Amino acid sequence: MLVIKGLTKYFAKNTPHEILAINNFNLRVKKGDFITIIGSNGAGKSTLLDLIAGTLQADQGEIRLDGEVITSQPEYRRARWIGRVFQNPLLGTAPYMSIEENLVLSLKRERKGLRIALNKKIREYLREELSELGIGLENDLTKKVGLLSGGQRQAMTILMATMFKPKVLLLDEHTAALDPESSKKILKITQELVEERKGDLITLMVTHNMKQALEVGNRTIMMDRGCNILDIEGEEREKVDIDYLLKQFSKLRQQEYIEDRLVLG
Amino acid sequence: MPITLLLHGLEQGLIFGIMVLGVFITYKILDFPDLTVDGSFPLGAAVAAKVIFTGGNPLWGTFLALIAGFLAGMITALLHTKLKLTNLLSGILTMTLLYSVNLRIMDKPNIPLLGKVTLLEQIQNYFPNISLNYLIPFFFLFLIIILKLVLDLFFSTEIGLAIIATGDNEQMIRSLGTNTDMTKLIGLCLSNALVALSGAFFAQYSGFADVNMGLGTIVAGLASVIIGISIIRIPTIFWRTIAVVVGSLIYRLILIIALRYGYKLGFEPGDLKLISVLLVIIALSIPLIKSRIDFLTSFSLGRKDLQNKNHPGEEV
Ligand SMILES: Nc1ncnc2c1ncn2[C@@H]1O[C@H](COP(=O)(O)OP(=O)(O)OP(=O)(O)O)[C@@H](O)[C@H]1O
Ligand SMILES: [Mg+2]
Repeated sequence: MLVIKGLTKYFAKNTPHEILAINNFNLRVKKGDFITIIGSNGAGKSTLLDLIAGTLQADQGEIRLDGEVITSQPEYRRARWIGRVFQNPLLGTAPYMSIEENLVLSLKRERKGLRIALNKKIREYLREELSELGIGLENDLTKKVGLLSGGQRQAMTILMATMFKPKVLLLDEHTAALDPESSKKILKITQELVEERKGDLITLMVTHNMKQALEVGNRTIMMDRGCNILDIEGEEREKVDIDYLLKQFSKLRQQEYIEDRLVLG
Repeated sequence: MPITLLLHGLEQGLIFGIMVLGVFITYKILDFPDLTVDGSFPLGAAVAAKVIFTGGNPLWGTFLALIAGFLAGMITALLHTKLKLTNLLSGILTMTLLYSVNLRIMDKPNIPLLGKVTLLEQIQNYFPNISLNYLIPFFFLFLIIILKLVLDLFFSTEIGLAIIATGDNEQMIRSLGTNTDMTKLIGLCLSNALVALSGAFFAQYSGFADVNMGLGTIVAGLASVIIGISIIRIPTIFWRTIAVVVGSLIYRLILIIALRYGYKLGFEPGDLKLISVLLVIIALSIPLIKSRIDFLTSFSLGRKDLQNKNHPGEEV
């Protein structure tokens, strides 16, 4: 269970450029939930994931994972339970290191020791995991990751984010930078890997694709100006279509327009 | 060229090679240009010389030098990770404070070791039949091979790989559960321990320690690393640790030749640092010049595989 209470995050606090990126945000996520997150640019989606992962520290509020408060734990400590895939395929892997080195680094999330990292048994295991991805890298374990395509690197990152059996999987527009073909493939791999862990993984996926947002996962939330303004699941979600979501968006924009008029008025 | 000149180049190349291995760890693996080395090299020399000068065991003195270098690296790491100073500033601060520390350790700017029993003389006592001319290069060759193999092994461990990843993609390795403050600390401590060890041996080899002997260590280290890596281009740790030592040998040989024959071209000993810097600039610009040439010729040849130019296996 992931519980977020009153989460608040400012950027450039106490300066004229202060931005309230996450505004008293609340969310309860059950084990097994696969939530898609939508919202316009600057709504705070990436910031929310950064706060959960610990890349950013919250100004107020609390994040609990299975009862444990993780709000102020450093990022590297939370990595024991949290797997991440970024929008930029270059961010999730180390280009000058080999495929097997990248994979083995993600396998063990606790304190790393003075054991030799790679041996025959581990290589065999990595090869098996890779071959299940179906992108044909299992015979190139020693190849440098920088030589792979964006799609291949993103597929590796997803494997690295799930292989160690995390409690939470955070996906930030992780198919956005790929061509349509690779994008489809990556989404399929994502769904398969999540499916394997059915019932015991929490997944949060940010997307700008409304169709994807409604088709993938079992719950959808819409963010605006750092708040959670729509949260649908089950039957209610099934009744909703893209038109409805688009209407919500245009309503927001109208409201913004009115507010701007009032301010400027 | 006289054979003794070659032998001196070999000896110095190997002794400074230990320092170059250290610079390789920070500059190439951690992607952290560490200026601490200008202070930790004479620190190692000062500690070893002091112990030997006051009648202590040279092995103990050499070991203490290693520890001192380790601590120097720790200061730079803490300035950078805890106080969030830039890597260059952290190195400059430690380097400068070490100047005073070194003077304190030595009590005077220079400690002569002539007539004292150094580690090298102790070793010679074990092999009375071998001439010192051959024993010294053999000893340092043996030592640097051991150090190289230990480093290779270290960088294949979990921590070692995490240190490599810290230099390659820091955000990634943090999101994979590694405290990058810690990996940087380990890398910097290890690096400066090697640099100080190199200083300790150089003091015993040349028969003195001097507060100013560290000046330009970073430039020599960078030059050696860059020369070595552009000659031996296989991007694995195993080959890189060989490459940088080879780079060190070539660099020392160039300097010795410049020192010996440079006067014919009008060079003076004081020009040595200038020559070092020129070497670094030339070595650093070779890949750029090469890619310019490739770029120009690729048009005339109609080649289409230009993107492959930047593939990681070939980086310098
Ligand atoms: N490092 C930062 N410094 C200052 N402001 C920031 C920073 N990161 C984000 N912001 C601001 O915080 C707000 C939320 O940004 P965020 O990146 O979370 O939006 P998003 O919903 O992910 O948008 P997008 O769909 O464009 O990715 C924006 O107004 C943004 O300008
Ligand atoms: Mg975003």
